[in-house]
Amino acid sequence: MENMMQESKKEEAKKERAKEYNDYVKQVTKTMSLPKNMFWAFIVGGIICTLGQGIGDVIKHYGVEEKAADSMTLLILIALSALLTGLNIYPKIGNFAGAGALVPITGFANSVAASAIEFKAEGFVMGLGCKIFTIAGPVILYGIFSSWILGVIYWAGQMFHWW
Amino acid sequence: MSEIIKGVRQMKGAQSIEFAAPPYILESACVCGNKEGEGPLKDTFDYIEEDSLFGCDTWEEAESALQEKTIDVLLEKSGYKKTDFRYIFAGDLMGQLIATTFGILKFEIPLFGLYGACSTMGEAISLASMTVAGGYANNVIAMASSHYASAEKTFRFPLEYSTQRPYSATWTVTGCGAVVIGNATNKSEKNMIKGKITGITTGKIVDYGCKDSQNMGACMAPAAADVIEQNLIDFGYEPGEYDKIITGDLGYVGQTILIDLLQRKGIEITNNHMDCGIEIFDSEKQDTHAGGSGCGCSATVLCGHILNNIKKGIWKKVLFVPTGALLSPTSFNEGQNVPGIAHAVMIEHPNK
Repeated sequence: MENMMQESKKEEAKKERAKEYNDYVKQVTKTMSLPKNMFWAFIVGGIICTLGQGIGDVIKHYGVEEKAADSMTLLILIALSALLTGLNIYPKIGNFAGAGALVPITGFANSVAASAIEFKAEGFVMGLGCKIFTIAGPVILYGIFSSWILGVIYWAGQMFHWW
Repeated sequence: MSEIIKGVRQMKGAQSIEFAAPPYILESACVCGNKEGEGPLKDTFDYIEEDSLFGCDTWEEAESALQEKTIDVLLEKSGYKKTDFRYIFAGDLMGQLIATTFGILKFEIPLFGLYGACSTMGEAISLASMTVAGGYANNVIAMASSHYASAEKTFRFPLEYSTQRPYSATWTVTGCGAVVIGNATNKSEKNMIKGKITGITTGKIVDYGCKDSQNMGACMAPAAADVIEQNLIDFGYEPGEYDKIITGDLGYVGQTILIDLLQRKGIEITNNHMDCGIEIFDSEKQDTHAGGSGCGCSATVLCGHILNNIKKGIWKKVLFVPTGALLSPTSFNEGQNVPGIAHAVMIEHPNK
């Protein structure tokens, strides 16, 4: 019994030290400036989106209908991102722009292309095949999952004439 | 004969060894990549490889080629043949030590493969010194390596993935360092001596509850503080005994914490502390944030810069303390802490 008491006291002291230490580490660790990061994310993210809009407008100008033009725009952006990833330019943009390069579809393409390049060496099945979605996998899974939930809510709403 | 069997008591304090007949560092070799070759220590490396793939197809093979090249340089510099070495103590950061396996395969030297995260060079030198001092070998090699790309792939993300690294993150050094440790039995060996290993203090795993693998300096600093304090207690020294107390890869954040932690215990090392991770890169110009890291960081800085200064007598006595953060991607994902470990090696100018 006494041993157990001592053990739990020791655990307590350890937890306390961990908390104290982590608080202290936070104090001495320099962090990035949030406003600066947000500013550059906004600018670069904005440029990527403007580029996409521009591509879409040009395609539509040549008489492609809206829906097809949207798909073509996405494909062009993805191809561009994959190309820039292969040329080691996209990671540099990302290092600078953070979420501005991560959130648009080009960031998603980068995560797939980067894994493909890295794991190709381990073979087309066990390497590229298994690991190409290492980073993008969660986005795909939870993207599909959340759209399924929204679908259910939408369906239920229609059943009960909420909308 | 009976004296050899009983042995000389060489234990010192709780965690240290003081060698009765100190083994010597006879030769060293360090090879590194181009980023390190553009850094402040570029003139201290034996060979700088411009191709980060080292002419191979994969990053893992590249790290093996890096090790192979380092031993080639070591043999060339020292004039030894591979059969002159009874053992090699070596390690890297790859899972199951594959860089070491394929790196030293062709040399056919009996191997002790080691994993001490980035503290591996300290662990290798400690065991190599014990082996030589114990009379189990005349000459052995201690070696450790790391490669930026293979480490990124193993512990973080694919190389081309676009992420932002926090200021506390370190840059894994592409480099390999190796030393010959021997007892210098003949005259030509005596002329080679670069440094003398008078003692070691072996570190414990120290866990202060740090979980941030992007702030490894903070994870490792308590372990470094622990082993430095223990070394001073075991030998009854003041910190001023050493011209330099040199940690492996704490970086800027870890250095601040280490000095702070020791100050709280009344140990002042502000003036004689140096960190290999801070020395190897120009953080501003090379965008390396907190500094360099990896087994290759402390190993290459030791084999070039530090041993040069000891041999020249600029430093008479240093405490070399490589530091390691103990984690795997699995342990990290499963929410475990990132404990640290550090091993101290006392290196002196040969004539001191």
